[in-house]
Amino acid sequence: MATMVYMEALSPTMEEGRLVKWLKQEGDAVKVGDALAEVETDKAVMELTARADGVLRQVSVAAGETVPVGHVVAAILAPGEGVGEGPPAARPPTVTAGNEKRETRNVAAGAPVPVGVAAAAEAARVKASPLARRIANETGVDLKLLQGSGPGGRVIKRDLERAAALASAPAATAPAAEPFPVSRFPSPERPYEDVPLTQIRKTIAKRLVTSLGPIPHYFLTTEVDMERAAEAREALNRQLGEQGKLSFNDIIIKTTALALTKHRACNAWFQEDHIRYWNEVHLGMAVAVEDGLITPVIRNADRKSLAEIGREARALAEQARSRRLQPADYTGATFSVSNLGMFDIDQFTAVINPPEAGILAVGSIVPKPVGVDDRVAVRRRMRVTLSCDHRVIDGATGAAFLQTLKQMLENPLAMLL
Amino acid sequence: MTTATAPASKDGAQVELQRRMLRQMLLIRRFEEKAAESYALGKIGGFCHLYIGQEAVAVGSLAALRDDDYVISSYREHGQALARGIPATAVMAELFGKATGCSKGKGGSMHLFDASKRFMGGHGIVGGHIPLAAGLGFAIRYRGGDQVCLCFFGEAAVNIGAFHEALNMASVYKLPVIFCCENNHYGMGTAFDRVAAVTDVVEHACSYDMAAELVNGMDVSAVYEATQRAVRRARSGGHPTLLEVRTYRFMGHSMSDPLHGVYRTKEEVEEQKKRDPISHLVLALKEEGVLDDAALEGLDQEARAVVEEAVKFAEASPDPDPSELGTHVLAD
Amino acid sequence: MPTLTYRDALTQALREEMQRDTNVFLMGEEVGLYQGAYKVSRGLLEEFGPMRVVDTPIAELGFAGLGVGAAMAGLRPVIEFMTWNFAVLALDQIVNSAAKILYESGGQIPIPIVFRGPNGAALQLAAQHSQAWEAWLAHIPGLKVVAPATPADAKGLLKSAIRDNNPVIVLEGEMLYNTKGEVPDGEYLVPIGKADVKRDGRDVTLLCHSKTVTTALKAAELLAGQEGVSAEVLDLRSLRPLDEAAILASLRKTNRAVVVEEGWPHCGIGAQVVDLIQRDAFDHLDAPVLRVTQADVPLPYNKQLERLAKPSPDKVVAAVRRVLYLD
Repeated sequence: MATMVYMEALSPTMEEGRLVKWLKQEGDAVKVGDALAEVETDKAVMELTARADGVLRQVSVAAGETVPVGHVVAAILAPGEGVGEGPPAARPPTVTAGNEKRETRNVAAGAPVPVGVAAAAEAARVKASPLARRIANETGVDLKLLQGSGPGGRVIKRDLERAAALASAPAATAPAAEPFPVSRFPSPERPYEDVPLTQIRKTIAKRLVTSLGPIPHYFLTTEVDMERAAEAREALNRQLGEQGKLSFNDIIIKTTALALTKHRACNAWFQEDHIRYWNEVHLGMAVAVEDGLITPVIRNADRKSLAEIGREARALAEQARSRRLQPADYTGATFSVSNLGMFDIDQFTAVINPPEAGILAVGSIVPKPVGVDDRVAVRRRMRVTLSCDHRVIDGATGAAFLQTLKQMLENPLAMLL
Repeated sequence: MTTATAPASKDGAQVELQRRMLRQMLLIRRFEEKAAESYALGKIGGFCHLYIGQEAVAVGSLAALRDDDYVISSYREHGQALARGIPATAVMAELFGKATGCSKGKGGSMHLFDASKRFMGGHGIVGGHIPLAAGLGFAIRYRGGDQVCLCFFGEAAVNIGAFHEALNMASVYKLPVIFCCENNHYGMGTAFDRVAAVTDVVEHACSYDMAAELVNGMDVSAVYEATQRAVRRARSGGHPTLLEVRTYRFMGHSMSDPLHGVYRTKEEVEEQKKRDPISHLVLALKEEGVLDDAALEGLDQEARAVVEEAVKFAEASPDPDPSELGTHVLAD
Repeated sequence: MPTLTYRDALTQALREEMQRDTNVFLMGEEVGLYQGAYKVSRGLLEEFGPMRVVDTPIAELGFAGLGVGAAMAGLRPVIEFMTWNFAVLALDQIVNSAAKILYESGGQIPIPIVFRGPNGAALQLAAQHSQAWEAWLAHIPGLKVVAPATPADAKGLLKSAIRDNNPVIVLEGEMLYNTKGEVPDGEYLVPIGKADVKRDGRDVTLLCHSKTVTTALKAAELLAGQEGVSAEVLDLRSLRPLDEAAILASLRKTNRAVVVEEGWPHCGIGAQVVDLIQRDAFDHLDAPVLRVTQADVPLPYNKQLERLAKPSPDKVVAAVRRVLYLD
């Protein structure tokens, strides 16, 4: 009996998918669960798996092609069978079926369930449409972490769609900076080239418009003396040796998280008619990927050790770059951090990632002459800029948080207070 | 309009007919008494309207019909059902609500049906079935047959709109329907003369240009002969007739209604019992020399035996299967 | 395919069924000599004679009951009510006789009868002549209730109703009689109990029947043009039984619904549809189901007031905007 292979909805919002690469070829034997192809969704690259045993035939979509969800891409036949010999093939899956399959896949892949989900059961009742609940349930998203745009803060389907999209801060923690780039313009036969937006670009564009526009941003900058932090880091790394290196970013993440525990007013979400003050700290960490950026979340960053944070940050960055993040990995941050220090940027202003109320933009660490006691000394200095949503964080509140952060970085033992 | 009484006759067929009618009346009388007893014992539920005292009407009129004629009645129809030939077992089982009842336990006392006997119910809304009778008559005429439809109702139904509309149409369309009004003087607890501007029901017939006859309902032979005349009128040309058959019920309107005290006196009831139609016929047959006490006793025992068997049958029968709840809501 | 008016489609159905089965006859006020109050029976008296096309006195209860009695004897009457407003008088026969005799008799006596006539408001006929009776009749087990919106559905459903062995209520509409549409020739039957997608859509389901199908289609046009919203118009066609499978399938596709009905809101047809959706498609709902109904008042005579009271495409569009959170 022939089983049709369809382009499946591999994310809650996917309407079309780009077939990146066939992992099995026409005529290959396949078993249930085998990966047939890589598909680029609007968020990440996912695998299309076989749902029947048999032989892969009738491959009708080539690598690089984009087709809508529900489109037939191939067939799995019994050896020697032709299409049409068996009973009529099943209808293409509806959105429902797609969701069910995705849930199975998520479970099979052992997707990490956010720590927050267990707590969600005890949390105050979240208003959500039945459809939104079902999608959230199937994709492992914690409703609690979503901002509802429906009446009375009801979470509805488009909120899930938005939440699953990317952060909108221009920043990256790329590895070593590239050498000075040479011009890459192709020979000018045409004055311009139109490149259609990829899924990731579309989502970034949609998200940006909903941030800098409606949210009343203001910005606070301070320069932090990083001398002690640098010394402490060097010492730690000598101790750790081969076990792993801590980066400045790891330290900044931990410090920011701790500072937030003392300034809950900055660890909040703006909701239509209320503000959600979080008692947990989940830090979003901006990561540049090939065609854009995404913000994976380090959950409960305040309670994790530096080493754990370091490991997690590296793992998430790697997953992000290879487009293998699950929705649960990039939703639910209570605050975000963006670091362009690698690119020698002194300071910059980052755009808030709604529904969060703040984001910290970190510049490069530069040796500078500064006044110490009455003399001039060269110290390693770093500028950080805090963007605040004025509806949630007033000037003094934001400044107080920044002050605590600065104190912790300048005197690392202060973190233990 | 004359009051009809039966002349004495020594014709063999006539005697046989009268004996048959006596047997039927006895059956109905004993059946109804047993029904009252069963109701009091909780074996029959809901409403139970007894025919005791009115037996001559059902028996006399139905004796004038053929098997292919239609019969339709109100909710006081045990007598009609038995006289039409529905087995006492099936009727009692229906009263008991059992699956073996003539309506499979789903109708009860007020909705006895037997399509094989063209017994078209058993209807609970006062006067609601009278237009149905017109429809049955219409079907007969439509098909060009010579059957008739005999329709029973009480005098209180004469005041409801459906009576008027149906009789008018029966006359206009020339429908072969015999409208048999059993005037037992009381619509539940209300004497007819308190609520009817015209208490002679036959008078209504002139509104419809319809033939009518006033009949002594306690005399089974009178009922029989009046019905015969109406049947002849219907079969030849489809003319309807309104029969007003004066009768009396010895029991209350239903089992929930007292025999007397509220709307009629004990004396009145006792006085009426002297006109018991069974006694009337027995007397007539004795006078003709075709019945003696022993024979009567024998007939009565027969009737009681049939009724006993009916009760046993009903008690032993199963309730309808729960799956029957949803059957017969719609036809295939 | 020929184009017929809704009226002529009904006439065609009656004629075909009366030719096909001599047990079928038509009865009602003015159906014969007058050619029908709304001309639905035009020409039938001449073709079939006075025994089969029967003019009645003004006696709805009487002739409805006569019809039921005739059906008990095996004929297949089509009883026409000049409008369904007058049929209230006949409700005892429809509800207590037609709907119940099969059940009461333990399945012995089916009632193959059709009660038909125009239902709902027309123009400025005032309160007593403007009522929509779907909810009353659809409530009764033992009845089937259909409401065709187009000429093709009118022909197909009336033929199916006449061939059905149960009492079938056919709700037509004075405002529909002159509408035109393609009607397949010959033996065209529309099954009772099946809804029909009159317009495909993705974003919201508009559930409607009879005159509100036109309202819904107009609203769908407005929504497509003004809002870029793709509305699916699902014509219920059958109110008892409801095509539950079709309603749920559409809901699963669009996740949102608006019911458009011409009856009053309280305990109306839409209430039943909403109950079905919330019960069996709960997890597919992204918004509550809204209903656009007639105002909860007796219909007034004045033209503007009457328009205010009735469902309209604008009211449907407003409801759709709410369920799509566009406001």
